[in-house]
Amino acid sequence: MKSVKTLALVLACMLTAVLFAGCAGGGSDTIKIGFIGPLTGEVAQYGVAAQNAMNLYIDSLNEKGGIGGKKIELISYDDKGDATEAVNAYNKLVTSDEVVAILGAITSTPTIAVAQQSAVDNVPMMTPTATHADVTSYGNNTFRACFLDPFQGSTMAKFSVDELSAKTAAVIYNTSDAYSSGLRDSFIETAGEVGLEIVADEGYSKDDVDFKAQLTNIAAADPDVLFVPDYYNNVYIISSQSKEIGLRATLLGIDGADGVLAIEGADSANVEGLYFANHYSTEDPSELVQGFLSGYEEEFGQTPSALAALGYDGAMILCSALEKVAASGVKLESSDKVFQAVIDELDATDMDCVTGHITYDENNNPIKSLAIIKVEAGEYTLYMKY
Amino acid sequence: MMNIRFKSTKSRYILNAAAVLALYGVLYAMIENGILNRYAAGLLMTAGYNIILAVSLNLAAGFLGQLPLGHAGFMSVGAYASALFTLGLEMDGAVEFPLALIIGGLVAAVFGVLIGLPALRLSGDYLAIITLGFGEIIRVVILNLSFTGGAFGLQGMKRYSNFTNIFIFAVITLFVISTLIKSRHGRAILAIREDEIAAEASGIPTTYYKTFAFAVSAFFAGVAGGLYAHHLCILDPSTFGFMKSVEILVMVVLGGMGSLIGSVVAAFGLTLLPELLREFAQYRIIVYSLLLVLVMIFKPSGLFGRYDFSLGKTVDDLFIKLRAPNKKGGA
Repeated sequence: MKSVKTLALVLACMLTAVLFAGCAGGGSDTIKIGFIGPLTGEVAQYGVAAQNAMNLYIDSLNEKGGIGGKKIELISYDDKGDATEAVNAYNKLVTSDEVVAILGAITSTPTIAVAQQSAVDNVPMMTPTATHADVTSYGNNTFRACFLDPFQGSTMAKFSVDELSAKTAAVIYNTSDAYSSGLRDSFIETAGEVGLEIVADEGYSKDDVDFKAQLTNIAAADPDVLFVPDYYNNVYIISSQSKEIGLRATLLGIDGADGVLAIEGADSANVEGLYFANHYSTEDPSELVQGFLSGYEEEFGQTPSALAALGYDGAMILCSALEKVAASGVKLESSDKVFQAVIDELDATDMDCVTGHITYDENNNPIKSLAIIKVEAGEYTLYMKY
Repeated sequence: MMNIRFKSTKSRYILNAAAVLALYGVLYAMIENGILNRYAAGLLMTAGYNIILAVSLNLAAGFLGQLPLGHAGFMSVGAYASALFTLGLEMDGAVEFPLALIIGGLVAAVFGVLIGLPALRLSGDYLAIITLGFGEIIRVVILNLSFTGGAFGLQGMKRYSNFTNIFIFAVITLFVISTLIKSRHGRAILAIREDEIAAEASGIPTTYYKTFAFAVSAFFAGVAGGLYAHHLCILDPSTFGFMKSVEILVMVVLGGMGSLIGSVVAAFGLTLLPELLREFAQYRIIVYSLLLVLVMIFKPSGLFGRYDFSLGKTVDDLFIKLRAPNKKGGA
């Protein structure tokens, strides 16, 4: 009998918790924004980083009095990185919570699933981090704060010609990863346009750790630059092994290379001289970036990742659009008229953000600059904004 | 003998059909009137294809007594096959969609036979491992083929799935599997579960029936995959990983291995539960798992064990109960 009583007690507690949680969400004198992102599951770190940064921005705005005297309330729902959950969360936000806009989702697949539905409803949607090309293609209502994958690849090709005076290039990429192979395609395409000759194009698969066969082929072709579109752990291994076999080429990475100096037990000499593209640089002296950095570190005790910076920017762009709509005398509520007004303001975005100055092109993709980071003396240094 | 009103098969069919139509009518009216908002309607649809998945897996797990761990693999095959079909053809939705679902189901069934033939000669743990391997192989193959979109997945399917057709296919699945179980073939399948050696000694071709049940199970998983593909309109190979198979198996085990009503209730409940627990934010997965653990401790055979629901019998019992006092009074 005791166990039954315990069970009953546990259930009773949970029920009470649900009731209280239900109460906390009440009150119609707030402006509701919905957040969808992975807070549990394999990609939870991305969602949590973005959500932290959004809360940081929204809390600071609320301290200043919110928008038009009303506080902003961020209603967060977990999607586990799964499209079905994301669509459920979206439907709940729009039909039950009646939000004025959506921040999210974080990863591309759930974002596309939500974008298809939100295009039908014309609900303003700002995804901070979904880099897939199709995300903004379903309607005029979807915007993003990040650049697209192909943009990084083509920029690195241009950068190597303009800034490093490279004539020949080689590519080594992960064939089983959409991100890596997509970047390789855009790099090679742009290389053709800017007169950079591709002398070697090598692939590897997901769990490979020995790249010497590919690197030896590349060394034989002796390129000026080697483009490595992959995450930091593989960038580190490839960089170390290319130094071992005496490859002359300068290594070029992309945003995934961020973190290459944080690998435990790694020797920074192995990645010395690496250039990589990133969303922002912690070295950037601007007040906005430094304010964000110190605020985030103070609140969460760690250096914000690029995803956090993008989450912060997403919240900032959306809130400034809401401010403009509120300033024009429109009451911020969940209605078609407000949705359209917010979308129009988002479209007209022209502001400085943590990850650079942002305006939107006709496809609602941001026109912004990349930060090129160089690893020098074991430190990330901002080489230039490109 | 007026007590037993629904004894004949025909009368029971009529009763069940009427009940199904009434349920459909009520739910449809509630969705149309906005009593169930789009969020609720979306959940009903998700529950619908989860019911198809759980019921079809129950055929292989509960009734045949095997332990397949690759149900998401069959689902993904069906999803991709039907999505590629509708993407490749420009036909009217009313013709194209049912055809696509059937093709999705058939392709999944072919895979079911291919996997089943070698795998079902083994039993127990071996089958579990082979199906587990199959599920992963399918996912990796889809990830690396160009016409399945690789890691980008497939998108651009039309949103054909709606409450009506998901409801219809869920009913068809339940009807086919419950009548199959009550047929001669179904008895053979049950006999294999109870004692495979005895079944073989009685002249039941066990490999044939095992493969057959496995293929039917795969067919409906494929159909559910097709419904899924045209509901979310995006397919991503990582959705169909091992955890998806486990999720479906959990529905079957929680409802009761060998109980169709159990699978329906568990699929419905486990679809709604994570949504009801949204207020717990990050902790909802813990609460969800805790509830599963509690059910397994207090009711190890699943919520319904092997009990199955029969509307005709329930109504008859009700009448008998109502009449019983009168009879006593008369005697």
